[in-house]
Amino acid sequence: MQECIDIFNTFAGCLTASGADPGLAQFLSILLGVVLVAMGPLVIVIFLIWVERKYAARVQDRLGPNRVGPFGLLQTFADALKLITKEDITPAGADKLIYNLAPIISVVSVILIWAVVPISPLHIGADLSIGALYFVAVGSIGTLAIMMAGWSSNNKYALLGAFRVVAQLVSYEVPLVFSLLVPVMFAGTMSMQGIVEAQLGMWFIVFSPLAALIFFISTQAETGRAPFDLIEAESELVAGYNIEYSGMKFGLFFAGEFLHVFTNALIFAILFTGGWLGPFVYQVPALGIIYLFAKGSIFYLLSLHLRNTLPRIRIDQLMSFNWKFLVPVSIANLILVAFLWKVIQLIGLLPGPENASDFLAHLPAAIIMLVGNLALTVVVLQMLRNVGRRAVAANAVSTPANAELDDQPYSLPVPH
Amino acid sequence: MEFNIHSIVFLIFSVITLGGGLGTVTSRNLIHGAVYLIVSLFGVAGLFILLSAPFLAAIQVLVYIGAIAILIIFAVMLTRSMTRMTEIYNRQWSLSLVVSALLFVLLLVGIILPVWGPGTANAALQPSELVATTVDLGVAFVDGNQFVLPFEVASLLLTAAMIGAIVIARDRD
Amino acid sequence: MVPLWMYLFVAAALFCIGAYGVFARRNAVAILMGIELMLNAVNINLVAFWRYQTPFVMSGQVFAAFVFVVAAAEAAVGLAIIISIYRNRRSVIVEDVDLLKW
Repeated sequence: MQECIDIFNTFAGCLTASGADPGLAQFLSILLGVVLVAMGPLVIVIFLIWVERKYAARVQDRLGPNRVGPFGLLQTFADALKLITKEDITPAGADKLIYNLAPIISVVSVILIWAVVPISPLHIGADLSIGALYFVAVGSIGTLAIMMAGWSSNNKYALLGAFRVVAQLVSYEVPLVFSLLVPVMFAGTMSMQGIVEAQLGMWFIVFSPLAALIFFISTQAETGRAPFDLIEAESELVAGYNIEYSGMKFGLFFAGEFLHVFTNALIFAILFTGGWLGPFVYQVPALGIIYLFAKGSIFYLLSLHLRNTLPRIRIDQLMSFNWKFLVPVSIANLILVAFLWKVIQLIGLLPGPENASDFLAHLPAAIIMLVGNLALTVVVLQMLRNVGRRAVAANAVSTPANAELDDQPYSLPVPH
Repeated sequence: MEFNIHSIVFLIFSVITLGGGLGTVTSRNLIHGAVYLIVSLFGVAGLFILLSAPFLAAIQVLVYIGAIAILIIFAVMLTRSMTRMTEIYNRQWSLSLVVSALLFVLLLVGIILPVWGPGTANAALQPSELVATTVDLGVAFVDGNQFVLPFEVASLLLTAAMIGAIVIARDRD
Repeated sequence: MVPLWMYLFVAAALFCIGAYGVFARRNAVAILMGIELMLNAVNINLVAFWRYQTPFVMSGQVFAAFVFVVAAAEAAVGLAIIISIYRNRRSVIVEDVDLLKW
């Protein structure tokens, strides 16, 4: 039985102490936690949209929102009001139930991820023993929402868009999972809290930067951000799967996407750069929230920067980049990392639990892993260059001189 | 049966599972059927959580909803002219109904109630407080004395199925 | 906790619903969905027996995991066959696929 120490950490205990039934107290405290975990992201997304618009504006040499509220901070509220008051159109021949369900599922699939995001040493929605797997499983529900939206709109552009999106999302899930397995293997657990605590001595990004890079690229593709924004390639698909949506239903898709990008940045920070870990975090757990959000924001801004500066790639390039490059590299990386990790364990370079927080004790292991990763990267780049050269040579022989390399079907984006 | 949160949750998930199942076999529109199937599979995932098998629940969502359901929806769309049929049941549907109902009654009266039902010795069976964890499941898969051979065979099966599916579904050009 | 027979009840009901789908539907994809329901019913049984009878012997969960594997393989190959049939005969109604019938 919990005791009442302070209201934040032992809410159920406090309720019981003030005379509530223990079962009811437990239920109420869980309910409160669920509401908080689900509401937090929805509040955050309001400011994410502002950040995104402001950043995009600066990249494009504009001012961005600056009229409503200080620095335009309240612009999102104005936009939301506008979206709510707009006419809510359901196209003729649309499948009403599925059509209305799709945007909700899209947002819910992202919010569900927050249940396993550890924000401090003490605070996590639910420290599932299968946290990392849960992240992947819940993410796959988003694919379903897109499929439902595309089909139920009764519009061929929407359906085409949905087909392309599903192909993209299902494909990029493969390298995502393979690179996700690397930190899980290092930590020896799938629990998110366990993965964070295992990085006390050394961040996993040092052990395997290649896995981190693949994870980052895959999440970028999973959220449909440039250069992988074929999900709503305005110039080809009009707007992709959500073309028929208007008003707040469109707003939900929009908010879901923005939130997904930030959520993935947080997950990246948790898996590879130690989540809430930082100085004095065990003395003052609330600091963990700041550390986590600071780290997450860095990767979020990186993602924003990529979105605003890179051109869109073509669908065949997108697929061949995934299947011919990311998937083989992620598998090779997983095998290499597993092998090196076992070797390091066998020769006893891995520090035991007594000096798990010692940075220097992790250094030999980190150097070996880092060298292994770099060697793999060099090999991969060399192979790619050979393939690219051969493609260029074949292209020069078979096509007229004025044909561009990009006209070659199914060719990789070639590094010259 | 005592009335607590656990049994309420069980009731909710059972209703979701069975309702989704009924929707799957009765819906006229196949896409609706697929959505009902997903609802039903979600209910099963919830039952797995109640049975303290969180790994299976996550796999259920990942494999069934993330892969199989999407595959089914794809297949329905590729055979699009068949989405709305005037007649969804064959001529023997009434016989099928009788057979399925009989099968259910047989299972219930013949096996479940006499062997496991209330009043029998097995009814008092309570799940233990302690239970094997996901780690134990993982060890069982790769332990030489347990299931390593079936595990490898399963991966072989998946490879064979993948190749077979590609070969069968490929458009000849 | 809920008694074991209630889980078995739900599983049996789900199995029979799936069986009805397999027996009565005309569309091959719908039949496949019925099979998925039946496989899930079996899985509920496996996990329930594991939880109540032998919570420390992993056979129940392991077997359920193999059912997942088989279900995934079956769905992939089954749907490939359906698409192939559709391409050749412009139909996914199982009654139309009657070359082996008298």
